[in-house]
Amino acid sequence: MKVLFSFLTVIVLVLVAAVGSVLNLKFAFGIIIPYLAFVMFVGGFVCRVIKWGRSPVPYRIPTTCGQQKTLPWIKQDKIENPTSALGVIARMAMEILFFRSLFRNLKTEVSEGPNGPKISYGSAKWLWIGSLVFHWSFLIIVIRHLRFFLEPVPGFVRIADALDGMLQIGLPPIYLTDLFFLLAVTFLLVRRFVIPQVRYISLPADFFPLFMIMSIAISGILMRYFYKVDIIAVKELAIGLAQLHPVLPAGIGDIFYVHIFLISVLFAYFPLSKLMHMGGIFLSPTRNMMNNSRIVRHINPWNHAVEVHTYAQYEDEFREKMKKAGIPVEKE
Amino acid sequence: MAKPEKVKLPKPGELSNIDFKTPATDWMDTPVNFKPGTYAWGAKEKDLLTLGLPNPRQWSPADEDWKLPEGWKTTILDGIAERLSKYRSFKIFMDICVRCGACADKCHFYIGSGDPKNMPVLRAELLRSVYKKYFTKSGKFLGRLAGGRELTEDVLKEWWYYFFQCTECRRCSVFCPYGIDQAEVTIIGRELLNLVGLNIDWIAGPAAACYMKGNHLGLEPHAITGNIETMCDDIEDLTGIRIEPSFNRKGADILFITPSGDLLGDPGIFTNMGYLMLFHELGLNYTWSTYASEGGNFGFFTSNDMAKRLNYKIYAEAKRLGVKWIIGGECGHMWRVLNQYMDTWNGPADFLEVPRSPITGTVFENARSTKMVHITEFTADLIKHNKLKLDPSRNNHLKVTYHDSCNTSRGMGLLEEPRYIIKAACNNFYEMPENTIREKTFCCGSGSGLNASENMEQRMRGGFARANAVKYVKEKHGVNVLANICAVDRAALPALMDYWVGGVDVYGTHELLANALVMTGEKERTTDLRGDDLPGKEGNE
Ligand code: SF4
Ligand code: SF4
Repeated sequence: MKVLFSFLTVIVLVLVAAVGSVLNLKFAFGIIIPYLAFVMFVGGFVCRVIKWGRSPVPYRIPTTCGQQKTLPWIKQDKIENPTSALGVIARMAMEILFFRSLFRNLKTEVSEGPNGPKISYGSAKWLWIGSLVFHWSFLIIVIRHLRFFLEPVPGFVRIADALDGMLQIGLPPIYLTDLFFLLAVTFLLVRRFVIPQVRYISLPADFFPLFMIMSIAISGILMRYFYKVDIIAVKELAIGLAQLHPVLPAGIGDIFYVHIFLISVLFAYFPLSKLMHMGGIFLSPTRNMMNNSRIVRHINPWNHAVEVHTYAQYEDEFREKMKKAGIPVEKE
Repeated sequence: MAKPEKVKLPKPGELSNIDFKTPATDWMDTPVNFKPGTYAWGAKEKDLLTLGLPNPRQWSPADEDWKLPEGWKTTILDGIAERLSKYRSFKIFMDICVRCGACADKCHFYIGSGDPKNMPVLRAELLRSVYKKYFTKSGKFLGRLAGGRELTEDVLKEWWYYFFQCTECRRCSVFCPYGIDQAEVTIIGRELLNLVGLNIDWIAGPAAACYMKGNHLGLEPHAITGNIETMCDDIEDLTGIRIEPSFNRKGADILFITPSGDLLGDPGIFTNMGYLMLFHELGLNYTWSTYASEGGNFGFFTSNDMAKRLNYKIYAEAKRLGVKWIIGGECGHMWRVLNQYMDTWNGPADFLEVPRSPITGTVFENARSTKMVHITEFTADLIKHNKLKLDPSRNNHLKVTYHDSCNTSRGMGLLEEPRYIIKAACNNFYEMPENTIREKTFCCGSGSGLNASENMEQRMRGGFARANAVKYVKEKHGVNVLANICAVDRAALPALMDYWVGGVDVYGTHELLANALVMTGEKERTTDLRGDDLPGKEGNE
């Protein structure tokens, strides 16, 4: 049900774009919707981050994954249990660039041993590899796409493009990331189907983005390798969009409109969804804080007074018993 | 009111038969099954009254009607809104989970029960679904398709059942790519439940006792001094040395605070004897307090405010007595609270001095602001500076492994100090498998106030992973001692070891130290603190 719903939604979106293109609503699909999507993406993203940022972090609650700072002769784990800004930056960089925590992933198995049940913890790096390939390919593909929007094409984009197209089979060159990306997204989707626990926790909101991304990739690949669209015209459109002088060159194939429409929808959907983990990872208090709350005081902006049971009240209740037990008291 | 029946604990063979198959129905359509033996009793009216908590009444989780107050739904929803505005962690953790499942099999309750709602991600989803329905646009419009659901009485009961089946151990957070910490969500979930008077007896009772009497066991001042006197008698029998500790003494340099679990009952008292012997040997100018006689904080399992109310006593007493700084004993949650919260709640402790060991001169820079030092930091420093005379061969009959408590490891990072002490005090030390120690340590299954007796089945399930790792080193190296630095561990692990492993005793780290400690002027010892013959001294008794 959940899967079907997400799948059908994507199919409907593809059809909408195809029909739109055929009906010659190209101005809407090529210009208005992309602009709208861009505004929704940037606006939504910023709003979301501001909304998060408006809530304080009242307590310093890093998850410590290594030795604390303590006596000088005990080696502190400065990255996994940081007490300096540099340590935090290193920790976050490891997390954001290399998915450090996922790398730790284990597979827990309970089996019957000779002396009763046994739990073993195997290495489980598939999810880590899959996500790493997915995200890095995604990034490189986005960078590659900049060549459509920028003239002259900046050096780093050219380099990315050249490296990516290293595999020179036929023309145009096959991008390695296209392959990796499709493989990775398929892997992420398949694991949601086949691992019972993961299927059990999955929601439509988990399948939908995967189907979307997959169809974007497929439409892009079709467009590049099979139903070749007029690249010059695409670039004209893209540069026009980027320079806020949109022009609509004639003769771009319909499939292009499907591609750009799906991307637009994904962008617009982004800030409303779990895809915001992209922004959230930077703000996660368990990872981006120093473990120095015994060294410097952390202030809670809404710290309020609470009712307490004072020593005086305590002594009033127990004074006689305390005296009898020889415990000093304030009032005789 | 139906009293929840006390059920017989099934045999280990039955419990270890865990079914990891997911149910046929979606989790939203799978009703919560209040299985006796898996949940704790409800909070008592009198304790809620003592603590000034809402909706005091006689009730039981086994009842159909939980006597929720008028307008409970608004109370909860307003409570969620308030907490969203107060805690960025809560907002972020509600929004960015991608349900990748990396946390799923990291929770000891899931490993031991196979219940999918014990997967951290799904435990969070119990609350997240309500958040989505009422606080996000997609949930408001798309409802269930966006993962949202109505807040009903059944949902509330489900929260209660599963939020009191999370020990706030944070193991899931270590593996989550965004550091999503189910402990944080559980803390907030429990706060919400407390808004309508839903807590468990084993938390509300100790919290009330702690509030009124200073410690969660409810020991009155003369009982505390009495218990410690008795320990001093035992120490005298053992060593020939008479220790005369002081209580509530103004002018002492150091205030010592330990969880009250160390003051009563076996094996906590042996750890306490260890502190007494160590401090005596050092000639430390310190005092105990009967008012601030608890390091553990059961308020932390109730609400942030309650935790702050209980924690207040530590600084208040340090100020009243005019000490220079504070040493804290072996405890788990106590140290998470002291490390991450105390200074923020009840600081600044500017009336105290930066801790400096009077024996070695070491300044504890890492406690510059809170002015509170963990006893293993203090003791490790003594050993490093050769200030203690130790005879580790006295522990030769013990083969020791060490259990990192969740809170000192994942909420603090206290990993090496206790190991350093144990290795100095014992000749036989063996680590459990790597994936079950340090930051990946497994919970005892009874933390965060779940150490009751009526939920024994769930505790044994929760501790299954921990026990299994101990069993491994027992079979491999003949380990017979599980050392730790947590009072809940000392209370919970013996039952766990008896149930799953057998033949493994639970020791505090300072008990092991005291066994090995050669005290000035002591008579020849023939037994260890527990009265067991020392190696080579058999038959001297
Ligand atoms: S590991 Fe983190 S992101 Fe993945 S399911 Fe668990 S809480 Fe969600
Ligand atoms: S905090 Fe611990 S008990 Fe709670 S869900 Fe996470 S792993 Fe399980």
